[in-house]
Amino acid sequence: MQLFAERQLKLTRRLPKGEQWLAGAMIAPAAFVIFFVAAVPLVGVLWMSLFHHVLINPNYQPFVGLGNYTDQLGNPDFWAAVQRSLIFTVASTSIELVLGLLLALLMNQPLRLRWILRGLVILPWALPGVSNALMWRWIDQAQYGALNALLTQTGLSNSYINWLGDPHIAIYMVVLADVYKNTPLVALLILAALQTVPKEPIEAARVDGAGSFQIFRYITLSWIKPVILIALVLRTMDAFKVFDTIWIMTKGGPANSTQTIAIYAYQTAYNTYNFGGGAALGYLIALLIAVLAAIYIRLLRGGTAR
Amino acid sequence: MATKVRYRIAGLAAVALIALEGCSSSGQGSSGGTITLHALFMKQAGYSDQEVADMTTAFEAANPDIKVQTEFVAYEALHDKIVTDQVGGSGIYDTVLMDTIWPAEFAHAGIVQDLTSMLPSDFTTGVFQSAFAGGEYNGHFYGVPWLNDTEFLFYNKAMLAQAGFSNPPTTWAELMTQAQALKSKGIVQYPFVGQWAQSELGVCDWTTIAAGQSGGATFFDGSGNPTFNQGGPLAALQLMAQMKNEGLANPASLGYGSDDVRNVLIAGQAAFGLDWTYVYAAANDPSQSKVVGQIGITAAPGGGTNGGMSMAITRSSKHVDAALKYDLFLASQEQEEKYTDNALPEWKASFDKPDLAKGAPDLWAAAKVAFNTMVSRPMVPYYTSLSNALQVAIQKALTGEETPKAALDDVAAQVPNMANQ
Amino acid sequence: MTTIAADPRPRHRRWSFRAVAVRTGLYVAMIATLVCILAPFVWLAISSISSQADLITIPLQWIPAHPTLSRLEALTFGSTTDDSALAFRAALGNSLVVVGSTTAIAMVTGTVAAYAFARLHFWGSNRLVYVFLATYMLPPIALILPVYEFLSGIGLLDTRIALIAVYSGFVTPFVVWLMRGYFEGVSTDLDDAARVDGCSRLGALWRVILPVSLPGLFSTAVLAFLLCWDEFFYALILTQTSASQTLPVAINDFIGRHSTDFGMLAAGGLIAALPPVVIAFVCQRYIVSGLTAGSVKG
Repeated sequence: MQLFAERQLKLTRRLPKGEQWLAGAMIAPAAFVIFFVAAVPLVGVLWMSLFHHVLINPNYQPFVGLGNYTDQLGNPDFWAAVQRSLIFTVASTSIELVLGLLLALLMNQPLRLRWILRGLVILPWALPGVSNALMWRWIDQAQYGALNALLTQTGLSNSYINWLGDPHIAIYMVVLADVYKNTPLVALLILAALQTVPKEPIEAARVDGAGSFQIFRYITLSWIKPVILIALVLRTMDAFKVFDTIWIMTKGGPANSTQTIAIYAYQTAYNTYNFGGGAALGYLIALLIAVLAAIYIRLLRGGTAR
Repeated sequence: MATKVRYRIAGLAAVALIALEGCSSSGQGSSGGTITLHALFMKQAGYSDQEVADMTTAFEAANPDIKVQTEFVAYEALHDKIVTDQVGGSGIYDTVLMDTIWPAEFAHAGIVQDLTSMLPSDFTTGVFQSAFAGGEYNGHFYGVPWLNDTEFLFYNKAMLAQAGFSNPPTTWAELMTQAQALKSKGIVQYPFVGQWAQSELGVCDWTTIAAGQSGGATFFDGSGNPTFNQGGPLAALQLMAQMKNEGLANPASLGYGSDDVRNVLIAGQAAFGLDWTYVYAAANDPSQSKVVGQIGITAAPGGGTNGGMSMAITRSSKHVDAALKYDLFLASQEQEEKYTDNALPEWKASFDKPDLAKGAPDLWAAAKVAFNTMVSRPMVPYYTSLSNALQVAIQKALTGEETPKAALDDVAAQVPNMANQ
Repeated sequence: MTTIAADPRPRHRRWSFRAVAVRTGLYVAMIATLVCILAPFVWLAISSISSQADLITIPLQWIPAHPTLSRLEALTFGSTTDDSALAFRAALGNSLVVVGSTTAIAMVTGTVAAYAFARLHFWGSNRLVYVFLATYMLPPIALILPVYEFLSGIGLLDTRIALIAVYSGFVTPFVVWLMRGYFEGVSTDLDDAARVDGCSRLGALWRVILPVSLPGLFSTAVLAFLLCWDEFFYALILTQTSASQTLPVAINDFIGRHSTDFGMLAAGGLIAALPPVVIAFVCQRYIVSGLTAGSVKG
């Protein structure tokens, strides 16, 4: 044991010069790739956001400092987009967590043929985002879509609802598509955690007379809480960045009702070629996500004292 | 050490592969003596790719010292490709296809050449005047009109006859009367179908209807102030909202584009619809249409939106004269009269030739009138932003979220901001 | 197996009404869930082989009267002159090239870097990993604008090489993150044994660690592949023609071009979905272990 510890020490604390060089060389290719595609553009975007930079007007690009940022922050369209992003994120993340938890619990039951369920549950997640969006766009199609057909043929509705054409409904259809694709991921993460829940406390609790629900609430749930939080963080960040699904389904319409901040940023940059504004938006979004992530990490650190 | 060598070889191989991959993409050359032009077109824009290739071959035969390399891209990519090529790009293209809503933006950015003094007089007098407006900005012409198209009013003759109307409406008020009659007599549930999705097409329909209102389709006054929240444009939006609210317009129109309107018309599910030239052929195609012979076509009351495209010459072009020669050749009366299956000519004289019109006399008769009365959408450099805002406003007015006046006022208020970008 | 509803009460009570009801309910739930998961996808598949007439009949027929494989053929192996089908096929080829190359590059550079992070604890190694992670947090719009202008300036817009370069940039951190976690789980005894036998660090990696890490490598590679195949935003911005357009972009085009040819849309969506779905089914175990290892440990 002691010998092993000594060896560990040698390996980690005092890296000989040769090894330092080697470490550098091994990191270099990856760092190079990432540096040029992530780090440099990061700075580039920051720089771009400080100028009035409209692509089609290359001769007029004055330095405006925080002008682009104040323009965006003062633009009611921006705040409308943020609000829609929040609605989308809260709705999809909460539904995914609840359904994912239920699905994981279901998959954890000793049911015969549950391997079928476990095997097939990955399907929605494996679908490429664009295929998923396309599929739901087709299902939600007002005249010929399966959703309206199902509702009318089973008598649940007597008229065709314009799912993607009604500004009040469209955003929830987009949420539905997102939930379909991502719930399996959440479920699989939680399932993995459920499978590590130790049996002794549960059996002890049963002996003491605890009911199923109490066991779940006090033992199982607290055990899987860290995974739930991780899933929450991942899904929230993804939901804020969502672009593909909405773009394919509604392009931000109708009447901008599904225009979340990622769509809004894209349209600012590419419809009107306002790269300065688009750059500022990119940073504002990144800031929003970072703040959210920080909040979650706080919660994570605080809640995992076990 | 063997492993290190292995790594190095693998690395070199990867780099080599990547380099080869990169090299294989672009390849262009022009031999000494002959000029090589690069032309950018749009796929399925009127003339088929093959027809354009044929025209190009004919041009090359007539001009042995000029070669033309053509490229076709989807409409959505066309604008971007032109902009990125000219602004900070390599400036490859000599002549590009320009949509009627881009001259202001392109001219303002200086990426297309001013052709006003270069167009021959027989061209400027022989082609429909309103076609030129599609390439015009501030009194200067930046494009050679080539693809002519406008919105026509398609109507179902059988349904109208059933309701007792022997002629299509000549004003929008008349259309409303006819539509109301058709609906109340139970002939069709939704007499009118429009391409009112949140897209450029919504603005097209709106412009067409505005042309037929009192005041016409005037979006800005002489000093550049917005007037689209009053007069003709306002009346048009109010009419559209009224049609929707009274059940005269198909509510699904709010998600419809040109293809959808065509489908509804040729399925016999609408009595009126605004759409482009191509619907005519589909309406009389027995394999697609359920109402062959029943669809009539007439110029939209008051005028239709100019949906044409012109050939512009880029700022970066080093062969302006050759490019102009090519463009004028494509747009010449001779060439256009040769290929009339997919696009109508833009020469006034063509419409006096009965044998050209033989296959589709209705269409040609309507086109003769319509091409004389085309109206343009707003010609401002910030048209993209404006159009986006207008599209949202149209949708809000049609869904009832805002009144037409309020929706348009909102956009008008944003104009100063847009203009300063 | 620990379950919530398992009933450890004495045997003679196992078939009580309550237990049976609960079990039945669970089976029903399982079947209902399976239906919900499969139905949309099955409907997509059915639509892709339905004729246009079937698709626009109202009320909707769930089983097509005139199925046809023509669209699927047109989009893959059959002969076709349809412009959009050819573009789709070109996009399929582009996707394979771009995603394959990116996965290769990311796996090679990322694994090597991950090994360094895991074994050679040098200054700042922890911090760097967070930098890598930060790139994941950023919305793509925050990175793409200068890249777009740069590529436009050097004429590399609409090329596969540009896509490969950009994709490598965001897949590599992902690979580094996953493989580092994996390597940290591999005992250093193996390294030591190899080095005692005379291998260099790299030699130890190549000869000893990598073979042992094959499952981890495989799951990372599969995840990297899936991540790229799915990518739409960068491809949308950086490509313009079928010279470099990948499958997601081709599908987006499809929507515009076939706005009323629903069968074609469905066929395109289906074919684009097949490679990742098949891979996901076959490599499920690896995917799940890769994901859970990355997030549960990370």
